[in-house]
Amino acid sequence: MERTFIPSDYLPIIVQSAVALGFVVVTMALTHYIGGKRKRIRTLRKDENFECGIEVKGNARFPFSVKYFLIAILFVLFDVEIIFFYPWAINFKEFGWDGFWEMLLFLFFLLFGFYYIYKKGALNWEE
Amino acid sequence: MGAIKPIYTKADPPEGYSAPGVFATTFDKVIGLARSNSIWPLPFATSCCGIEFMATMGAHYDLGRFGAERLSFSPRQADLLMVMGTIAKKMGPVVQQVYEQMAEPRWVIAVGACASSGGIFDTYSVLQGIDRIVPVDVYVPGCPPRPEQIIDGFMRIQDLVASEPLRRRYSDEYRELLIKYGILKNE
Repeated sequence: MERTFIPSDYLPIIVQSAVALGFVVVTMALTHYIGGKRKRIRTLRKDENFECGIEVKGNARFPFSVKYFLIAILFVLFDVEIIFFYPWAINFKEFGWDGFWEMLLFLFFLLFGFYYIYKKGALNWEE
Repeated sequence: MGAIKPIYTKADPPEGYSAPGVFATTFDKVIGLARSNSIWPLPFATSCCGIEFMATMGAHYDLGRFGAERLSFSPRQADLLMVMGTIAKKMGPVVQQVYEQMAEPRWVIAVGACASSGGIFDTYSVLQGIDRIVPVDVYVPGCPPRPEQIIDGFMRIQDLVASEPLRRRYSDEYRELLIKYGILKNE
């Protein structure tokens, strides 16, 4: 069963849109009209951000050196690697010489990474 | 043991005309009643009076009984600035800005000798009473005052809040008051 729509079928949608828009416009206009003429006392300082009464200096969004972030991340990295030494140290006798060579290999990789970042200049704070 | 029946007192109704099922009064009084029983204090505690205030807010003295359960640490939602302790001259502008950033209507209570008059600190560095920078509504004497005294001062604030006309903060007198304290610049 085919049903055709003629443009007048969409009239309710137009009416609803008009009511929605009209409500917003009328409300906004009315609040200005009935709001009264007395105004609260406002000052420049009152509109500032509240920073516990301390004067705001500068902007919170400013560029800063990425070096700190780099050093901090590298510290976390090497700091976490230390954790692997603890179980090894506790089971030192059970692992014997095999464990020792394996740990030395791990240490070599770790120090190779350290050598790499050192050569790259990641730890050079002055640059 | 016989159970002790607690007696709860409600807020006293303001003056007005009452009939069965009807009570008529002015907006001033109703809003004053609501405001005075729901004051949100902003504690500005700098020294030992602040410790007394902690006792006042504690379970034993319980300032929450007066509708002041909720302390506001931002001036935006605070009604009452409670300055408790020595205010150094360097701290003066801070107090003034905190006061200025409070939403109106706002009240100030100076707790203790230092906040009221500088107290024993009659020196070059201490502000001789916070009423040099902000208008103070109630002064509480004592060094430091006991919690009962702070509560008494708070109740005097409640009296002021309950009886304040709604249009006071719009009035020229209020504007002149703020100009006098240097909070509002003279235009």
